[in-house]
Amino acid sequence: MENVISYRLQIIAITIALTFMLFIFRLIAKGKLREEYSFIWIICTALLLLFSVWRNGLDVIAGILGIYYAPSIIFLAAIFAIVIFLVHLSVVSSRQHKQIKDLTQEMSLLKEKLESEKEKK
Amino acid sequence: MKQDGKETEMSKVFKVAVIIPCHNEEDTILNLITEIKNTQYSHHFVIEPIVINDASIDQTKEILLNHHVKFIDLSVNLGIGGAVQSGFKYAYRNGYDIAVQMDGDGQHPPAELEKILSPLYNHEADVVIGSRYITNEGFQSSGLRRFGINYFKWLNKSLVGITVNDSTSGYRALNIKALEIVSQYYPDEYPEPESVILFSLNHLKIKEVPVIMRERLGGKSSIRTYKTIYYMFKVTLGIIFLYIRLKFNGKRHII
Repeated sequence: MENVISYRLQIIAITIALTFMLFIFRLIAKGKLREEYSFIWIICTALLLLFSVWRNGLDVIAGILGIYYAPSIIFLAAIFAIVIFLVHLSVVSSRQHKQIKDLTQEMSLLKEKLESEKEKK
Repeated sequence: MKQDGKETEMSKVFKVAVIIPCHNEEDTILNLITEIKNTQYSHHFVIEPIVINDASIDQTKEILLNHHVKFIDLSVNLGIGGAVQSGFKYAYRNGYDIAVQMDGDGQHPPAELEKILSPLYNHEADVVIGSRYITNEGFQSSGLRRFGINYFKWLNKSLVGITVNDSTSGYRALNIKALEIVSQYYPDEYPEPESVILFSLNHLKIKEVPVIMRERLGGKSSIRTYKTIYYMFKVTLGIIFLYIRLKFNGKRHII
């Protein structure tokens, strides 16, 4: 009985992981997600898939690292990954901020140039 | 021969761009432009006002168009730093010798222009800052702002060892050497105190001259009381990191 439940859970986990992967691939294919960002998501789904297939994986890794309560690895790893990704996004947004500023300035200077050329004629 | 060279140099006429960043200033902008055009200047300077319309949503653009004022039209609101930098880039690329930054709200009287221009004409400095705190004449500002100004004075002095009494003053003139630097990098928000560090670490000579300022005619200060804490924090961070970047990475990594 116990086995049936845990197999059911495993199937659900694998299905979710595969759906997520499909979702990411669809986004890339449609051009809505740039490859540079998709990289991290593909790794995430691969990990998700790995641990839903390899059921004892978490316990094995916890054993190696000497972590008493195995599921806490998930939280540790997830929070760590989220923080790093957020910093990455801040860097991206700062870079875009500068790019937008530069573009706006160049465009306004060109507009002015165009107007003054028109007046000369 | 040498004498001659000096003479032509001295009698050179300086093309001056007066850069007026302007965000929703429909009430005051025209008065200011008229005032700039009607003020008498010495024959050393050709003064041309250039308004930077920072995506105003009122009638500013129409007013400027109807009165044939030269302006640069930003389609996205960039804030004071980005707007002023557009003007600096324009002046640098279009053969101006000097660019002056002047607020659009009427705080900076055109009658005082010559005071901040003449040190540049005499090659006494590369950057001239008009300060209201040297002689304490004219409109003075609130206690909290004065505290901030003294704090930045102390911060600048401890970092680069120069004393600027009013580093928050936006009334300043830059020569071509300074324009080259600010075209590459200029702080975004509240750029004035931070740019003092930028100038001095790029070995530009800064001079402060006393000017008489007026109370603003319209618009709001970009620094409101509840924002002062954020302002001080943001500018302190900006100053310290700009200092580290310029001091330890050299000029190439300025951006």
